[in-house]
This record gives sequence, structure tokens and C-alpha cells, in this order.
Amino acid sequence: MSKFVGGHVERPEGRAKVTGRSVYIADLHVAGAWLGGTVRSNVACGTLRGFDFAPDFDRNSVKLVAASDIPGDNVQALIVDDQPILAARDIQHWGEPLMLVAAPDARTLERALAAIRPRIDAAPALFDMASSPRAFKTIDIVKGDVTAAFARARTAGHVEIVGEYHTDSQEQLYIEPQGCIAWPADHDGVVTVRGSLQCPHYVRKALMRCFGIAAEKARVVQMETGGGFGGKEEYPSVVACHAALLARAVGAPVKIIYDRHEDLAVTPKRHPSRVRTRALVAREGTLIALDIDVLMDGGAYTTLSPVVLSRGCIHAAGPYRCADTRIHGRVVHTNHVPFGAFRGFGAPQTCFAIERTMDKIARTLNIHPFELRRKNMLRAGDTTATGQILKDSVGSAEVMDAIAQKSGFDRHPWCAAEPNTAGKARGLGLSFFFHGAGFTGSGEEMLKGRVRVALLADGRVEVLAGSTEIGQGTNALFLAIAADSLMIAPEDIVIATPDTAHVPDSGPTVASRTCMVVGSCLTKACAELRARVGGSEQRPWRERALAFLRGCGNAEVTVQYVSPKDVAWNDERYEGDAYPVFGWAADVAEIEVDLVTLEIEVKRFYTAVDVGKAIQPALVEGQLEGGSLQAVGWSHLEVVTTKDGRFEQDRLATCIIPTTLDTPRFDVTLIEIPYAHGPFGAKGVGELPMDGGAPAVASAIEDALGIHVTRVPATPERLMIEIEARDTR
Amino acid sequence: MKAIFDDAQPIELTLIVNGDERRLSAPPLRRLLDVLREDIALTGTKEGCGEGECGACTVLVDGRAELSCLVPCCQVNGCDVRTIEHDNLASIQDAFLEHGGAQCGICTPGMIVMTRAYLDQCERDKSSATIDGAREALAGNLCRCTGYEKILASVLHAARAERAR
Repeated sequence: MSKFVGGHVERPEGRAKVTGRSVYIADLHVAGAWLGGTVRSNVACGTLRGFDFAPDFDRNSVKLVAASDIPGDNVQALIVDDQPILAARDIQHWGEPLMLVAAPDARTLERALAAIRPRIDAAPALFDMASSPRAFKTIDIVKGDVTAAFARARTAGHVEIVGEYHTDSQEQLYIEPQGCIAWPADHDGVVTVRGSLQCPHYVRKALMRCFGIAAEKARVVQMETGGGFGGKEEYPSVVACHAALLARAVGAPVKIIYDRHEDLAVTPKRHPSRVRTRALVAREGTLIALDIDVLMDGGAYTTLSPVVLSRGCIHAAGPYRCADTRIHGRVVHTNHVPFGAFRGFGAPQTCFAIERTMDKIARTLNIHPFELRRKNMLRAGDTTATGQILKDSVGSAEVMDAIAQKSGFDRHPWCAAEPNTAGKARGLGLSFFFHGAGFTGSGEEMLKGRVRVALLADGRVEVLAGSTEIGQGTNALFLAIAADSLMIAPEDIVIATPDTAHVPDSGPTVASRTCMVVGSCLTKACAELRARVGGSEQRPWRERALAFLRGCGNAEVTVQYVSPKDVAWNDERYEGDAYPVFGWAADVAEIEVDLVTLEIEVKRFYTAVDVGKAIQPALVEGQLEGGSLQAVGWSHLEVVTTKDGRFEQDRLATCIIPTTLDTPRFDVTLIEIPYAHGPFGAKGVGELPMDGGAPAVASAIEDALGIHVTRVPATPERLMIEIEARDTR
Repeated sequence: MKAIFDDAQPIELTLIVNGDERRLSAPPLRRLLDVLREDIALTGTKEGCGEGECGACTVLVDGRAELSCLVPCCQVNGCDVRTIEHDNLASIQDAFLEHGGAQCGICTPGMIVMTRAYLDQCERDKSSATIDGAREALAGNLCRCTGYEKILASVLHAARAERAR
């Protein structure tokens, strides 16, 4: 029975947000706190020889921390131990942290940062990913025999279609910059950090390593967080270690809040990519073979690159049936600022390439792009590139039918009309995509995410999870799930603040896993608690709960995630069930291109999405609209470029994101094909909308201008070059 | 951090903040944003960029929407300053809460204050709020979460609620 699931509960933190009472990290006033800042490298590659200080600089006015002052390992704990907390000698990227400074006030800190000059011997830097000799990770996915398929092609009369696609980096641009406050070890030796972050247990792990302390000696508390989108997955660990090291040196709390310039300059962004596709297609449009080569720029350190590459490769063949598939992926070292997690996590890059390839096939074979996708789309019972047999909750046909019905794209003469030559050209473009929910492969088995529910003394139920509310609606989602699982009112439920001292590690708030994975644990925990408390359901919950507490019943239930039994993954062969389930979606972008300026206006954006079950439909729509706009922004106006290893867009005046005036009207269709192992049938939705926007807009540009867009963002400057190249051919 | 503006000798200021008279002493170029957040401890006004690009720090000065990160406090001496903590925003706040206008919430105070300015303008012009009007009015307020659809819907709902009053 669902009363709140599928309906509406108020965001528990919402009232505070709309009245300005929410406390974000910059709002937290801590008496006696010092301010922290970072001395950074001004070259992309080199050797640190030491520091020079301005002659009038009073070193006693501040506290300084260098690599040699780190009590534990000088390692930013994540996947591979290659990134130092502070560079000791080798410098791998512009803006690399070299020394930390704390001062009692902002003016002293500013003066100190200006007075400290690192002495660096610069060395030649590497920025071209294609010529990088060092891969952080290589992945091969092999299904069937691509070589044999291409060898047979000529006799079979198949057509080979080749493409090369590029995607540039993208800035998450959460509106609240990175920041945290660290307290020095208390009398129990506990180091505490509060901050703007997605994954408190990641930060705790980083502090443990930095200080060489046990888990219970590092406490991390999430403050209200002003957006993340992946940007606050791994990077807050860097800020937290820095602040905590300074707090130790000062013996007082230290606050580090990045200003926007610093945030844009040094925090990880989306991996740039080059994807080469070679498709073999029967003349009537059936995909015969796909050979895909994925290259991503990882930047200076490994960070999360292996996992980003993994998700990118697994999604590289798209949601299409293809017997012979080969995907080769590499993410390589360069001297760029490390790239990292951003909503979609590798999939938007490869989705762009495969969707553009589908359009190229459609145009070459003169098949309507909707028909081509409909013909080749995966359905229940089909196998993906990793050999995963799709069993449950496969909404491919449903989303395609819905997008056709809403947008009329199936009847649109795509690329059939002679393009306008003056005024404005209109275009319609389609994308079709899927996105695996939860950690890849055996990731969830390793994470062992846990959730706890417990009765408070007043009989209310507390939900304790390490999952964070970062705007997407975790609090309201958990509230609805818990209320319906316990069959009680939301007023009888409290969502605990993510504080590693009190909540279990639910795994990180990433990978579209909070609702599906953590939410499924929550339903089980609530069902167990409800059964334990018992009593007649006619009686109010708190009455029953208090009676149970008086009887000294065990009022706490912890549930750990267990993958569904039929999910199997072979990490060596990159084979099997990459994800327990996929979300499915189709987008149609309707655009107008000004034929003089080549500016693009996205007028309408249709999206039809199979979410399993919308726990809170308004929140899901909010995720889909917001994610789609990020994708639309990336498609044509969010430019991120580098020069000598430095991001050229160093402020919001140049690092632009869509405003209300750059935003289409959205038309969202929610489709619910329930997933048996998700809470109330739900599956992940957070990242999915990031995948389809760029290829849909690119497809619409092709429709409007007749040029095959191969790189995003498709800025007017780039389109002009493409058009000139076409006209001189 | 714009501490360089705090170097000069403080001056005496009087502001009316959300209806209360505040007397304080601050360097003339100190940002109104810092005066509000640090000197008066009204932290509802947010800093997203510190250079007038994001709109998160929007407040009303004598009824006009201003970016408080760009306003030196000496310019608002004697002015009426209204922030997200003002009590005439309830219908807008309710609409944002009910219609999904707030996700992470960091742009929300600026959005709501700017919506106040827009609805007040509509009232002065004796015109109705429209989606295109709301788009124009909020074009300087960045949001990265919502795709703006539900923010624009919230503005129109708030306008309707206020008209019905």
C-alpha cells in the first residue's frame, strides 16, 4: 500500500531552504576559527625546490603546513595512491597544492598567500591525451567476433560506417563553492570536519590516511550542501585534509571556503573524450558489428578515472542489440588538472558517440533515425555488450513510443528538407539511451552499503544513512519510502544528519544508487522494525512504539545491501551483469539556429524516461529537467578549454551555464516499468538525463544545418568552421 | 573573500534591515553582502561568485533588486534593505516549497528575493506575471539543479496566490 510513495511529501529541509535558515558551511560561525588557504603551483609540470617569502612577510603572523608536516601518509586516499595531499617534490598539474596557510583573519591570509612564492623548476608538460604514453586504466569488452564480422562484410553486402567524436570537459558548477571547517583532535583524539560534500565516509577515509588514525578518530559531518553533481564526490577530501592539517598546526578550528576563481581553477571536471566508432550495418538497418575505441583524458592523477572509463565503456555500444561488439577503452595521464566525477560519469561521452553514429547510419542508409533505433533497440531477453541478459524492467519500447507520441519525431522528415539559407533554421533531434543504476559490476558487493532505522525515546523513527541530501531530494525520498514501509505518517519520522559518528556507511551518494540501493535497504529495515514493534495498526504508531520501548525491545534495525541473486559479474573478462538494472530514456530536442550568428536556441525538450517507479514524481521531474539542462548546456554553450594546463574559463563571466533565457520548455513523461528489487519498483534516475541531451541537440543541428556535428559543445564558432568546410568541399 | 575592501577606516552607517534599524561601523567599501552575513549575522543571503554573475546574493535596496556582493556598504547608508529573512515573502516561499522551486537551496534566497522584485514590479505596472516575464526577471539568477522549469512555475503560483489574497 503506498500513500506517500508516488505522491508528495514536503522536503524535510525545504522550509529552512526557502526562508534562508539553512546552514551551509560558509554560514557556520565558529568562534576562534582561523581561515585557511592554499599555495599552488603556477606551472603544469615541474620540480618543487622550495619557497621564497616576501621580505616584509611576518611568518609568525600565520601557520604554514608543508608536505613534511603531514602526520600520516601524504596520499589522497581514493583508488590509487598517486596523488599527494601536498606536493613534496614532483608537480603534475597547474594549481597543485604545495603549502597550506592559516591566518586569524582574511586580510592576513590574503597577504600571506601573496607573499609566498614556490620555487619551481618547470619541465615540459603533456596535454595531448592521444600522445600520452601512460594509461591509468585500460578496458576491453569483447562480445562475439568483430574481426570475423568485418571480414565477412563485403560478401554479405553490409555497409561500414566510421566516425570520430570528441567531447570537451564540463564544469559541474554547483552554485555553492567547495568548503569545510576542521577542528583539531579533541581530548579523545577525534578530528572533526564539517563541510559541503556528497560522501562523508570518503572524507573520513581520506582523513584516516592523512593522520594515520582509526575510523572512530575521524568524524565527518555533512552540512547543507549547495549542489554537487559529482563535483563534491572526491574533491571534498582534498579540502578536508587541508583544513584538518591546518587545524592541527594552529590548535584551533580552520575554515577553508574556496572563492569561485579557485573552485573553477582546481576542482575536477568532466573527462574530455575522443571516441572512434566503426559500425557494420546491413542495408536494411540491422546492426551487425560495433568496434569502438574510447580515449579519455584523466589529467594528472588517477582519482576516479578507472571507474569513469568503466561506466563509459559499458555504455559505449548504447542500448542496441549487436552480436559482435568490441570496446577498447583507455584513460590516460596528462598534465591537466585531474578530471573527476560528474553526473553521468563517462556515459555522456560515449553516449554522444554512439548516438551520433546511429544518426550517421540513418543518413547514410536513408532510414529514419527513429526507425533505425526502434529496429535495433535492446528489449527484454536481449544481451548487452557485456553479455548481460536484460530480464527485468526494460522500458525501451515504452520510452520510444512515448517520445514519438509527444514530439512527433517519428513523422518528422529528419534531414530530408533542403536547409534554410536565411533567417532561422529549425531542427529536431533524437537520442535514445540507457544508464545502469548502482555501482558497476561487483561494486555494490564491495561497498556493502548499510542503513539503520531506530526508535527515538519519543517513539519517532530515525532513519540513519550516510547518503546525503544535495538537492536531489534524498531526505524527502527516504521520508516517503520509510513512511509507506512502516505504514506511518511522515511526522513520525526523522532523517538523521549524515554524521559518520552516528550513521552507518551507506556507500557514496553517487551512481544513481541512493534511491534504488540504499532505498531498498531502507524498505527492509522499516519492514523489520514494524514487525518487531507489532501491535494493532488501529493504535497510533507512537503509542505502539513507546509500548515496545517499555518492553525493552531492540529498537534498532540495520540492513546491509545484498545484490540480487541472479546478478553475476566477471571483472577480469568485463563480462556479465554490469548493473542490476538500467533506466531507459529517449529525448527529442527542438531547436532554432540563427543562420547569421549560428546561435542555437533550444525551444522545447521532450524526455520520456522509464524510472521503474517515481517515489516522488515532482522530485523525479526536477532531476530530469535539471539533468537535461546540464546536458543541453554542454551540447552548445558550456565551453571549458585549457591553455598550458590551466582552465581558460576562470570566472562565471566566462564559465557559463544556461540561464532562464537559454532554457527550453521541458516536456517530461514518466514511465514506470517496476524493478523487482528496487523500493516500490524504483530504479536510479540521477545520472540518466545527463546522457541524452547533447546527442539530441547535435542531431537537431544536423537536421537544421545538414552538418554532422562531431564535437560538443557545438559553439557557433565550431559550427561556422564545419559549414565553411562543407561549402568548400 | 574580498578582505582588501576592509582596509580603510570604518565609517558610521545606519541601515534599515528587514524593518529594523541597524547602526554599525564598517569600512566604506566593505561589501553589503559581508555586512549582512557577518556584521548582522543574516546568513540567508548567499555568495556564489562574489562578482555579480550568479545572483545568489540578491537583496532589495529601497525596493530595487541589487547584487549585494557588488554594493559597497557606504552606498546604502540610510537605505531600506530587505533580504530572504524579511517577512513579506511567505507566498513566494510557500510556492517554491510546494512546486519544487528549491532543490539544493543555495540559489533559492536570491531567486525568491528577485521574484519579490518581479511581482512588485508587476503590481506597480498593473500587469500579470507571465512565464516570459519571469524568465526575463530571473535571467541573472543562476540555478544548476532545477532546469528552471519548476522555479518559473513557482513564480507563477506565487503570483496567483498573491492576487487571490
